[in-house]
Amino acid sequence: MIKKKIFQLIFLSFLFLEEAFASESGGMPQLNPEFWISQIFWLVLTFGTLYLVLSKLILPKISANLEKRKSQILENIETAEKSREESEEKIKEYNKIVQDSKIEAKNYFNQTREKMLKDINQKKENLDKEINEEIKKAEIEIEDLKNKAPEKINKIAIEISTDVIRQLTSIEVNNSSISAIVNDLSKDKDKYYGI
Amino acid sequence: MATNPMHQFEVYRIGPEIKLGEIDISFTNASLFMLISSIAILFVFNLGTKKNSTLPSKLQLLAELSYTFVSKMISDTAGSKAKPYFAFIFSLFMFVLFCNMFGMIPYAFTVTSHIIVTFILATFIFIGVTIIGFIKHGFGYLKLFVPSGVPVLLLPLIVVIEVISYLSRPISLSVRLFANMMAGHTMMKVFGGFVISLGIVGGWLPLSFSVALTGLEILVAFLQAYVFAILTCIYLNDALNLHH
Repeated sequence: MIKKKIFQLIFLSFLFLEEAFASESGGMPQLNPEFWISQIFWLVLTFGTLYLVLSKLILPKISANLEKRKSQILENIETAEKSREESEEKIKEYNKIVQDSKIEAKNYFNQTREKMLKDINQKKENLDKEINEEIKKAEIEIEDLKNKAPEKINKIAIEISTDVIRQLTSIEVNNSSISAIVNDLSKDKDKYYGI
Repeated sequence: MATNPMHQFEVYRIGPEIKLGEIDISFTNASLFMLISSIAILFVFNLGTKKNSTLPSKLQLLAELSYTFVSKMISDTAGSKAKPYFAFIFSLFMFVLFCNMFGMIPYAFTVTSHIIVTFILATFIFIGVTIIGFIKHGFGYLKLFVPSGVPVLLLPLIVVIEVISYLSRPISLSVRLFANMMAGHTMMKVFGGFVISLGIVGGWLPLSFSVALTGLEILVAFLQAYVFAILTCIYLNDALNLHH
């Protein structure tokens, strides 16, 4: 608003001044030397002052600020580059860690598998051994029983023969004679047992 | 209202007559607009450099863009040797630009539409450039008038032409700016007069012309300031790096 007022004031003053100083003179007013010296004087004064103030006060400020900004941008770029490199290194490290742990996990897995296989095999072997032993024992027992069987049969045969004879004939027969006969017969046991 | 289109270029005294001995250095409307332009430039650039933050404000951006614009113009045309003259060319460009632009405001006075102002600026540049040339190259600076690769037979003619073209530099430089500003403003005044004289019925055509001319004149105001500055750079380039 104040600016507007000032401008209005300036223009209005011209209107009045123009009226006051209006003098119709033909040709170009530029070639009228009346105010040439005055114009030169004021040109030198205003332009000189402008040059001095701009060159001594204002332009150095602008250039300093531009330089400052430039260097700051360069610095920022440098920092960014540094952080980028750092992060790349970190990524590399991270990848390495991941790779290492993968390898370790694989190794561990393999080891465990081997161990388990070994364990299983051993247990199987042990079981086999035990089973074999059991089988052997059983075989021995069976053999034993087989060997003992004829004697028992003989005994039973003797008893039965004695009983049968007594029942049939009511004669007390001597045990020893019967057993002799049974033993005699059982020597050809293969024929009777079919073994 | 004065209908004479040249009336706008009239210089008149504001306030009392100031005399320095016998010389009249009264404060005139021309002086006023020189003062307004200078103060406006200093005002804008002072505000633009007040805070100087890394993230610029609008005015600071304006100041910095003008700085880089002029700095690039100088380094493109005159090379890195022209750096010491940066402040002068920057002030010159800004002064001419602001004077031209203030002239575009209705009822304002156009400082650069006066031959004496542009001629003094151009002569100062001409003398300054010539002095710089002789300081940098001694009498070798005269080689500027002898282009290389010219047949010996043609040489006297070429040298004369070169000398004349060199001596006419201040005239061409000053007349270019002065004539452009004067012609533009006269034309706008003439079209404005047409609008009034043709009235509400026929005034629309010249009015539309006037509007278009205003846009054109603003462009010319910028362009002439640019041309003035870049020609100064080119002359400076001749003085700093003798190419011929």
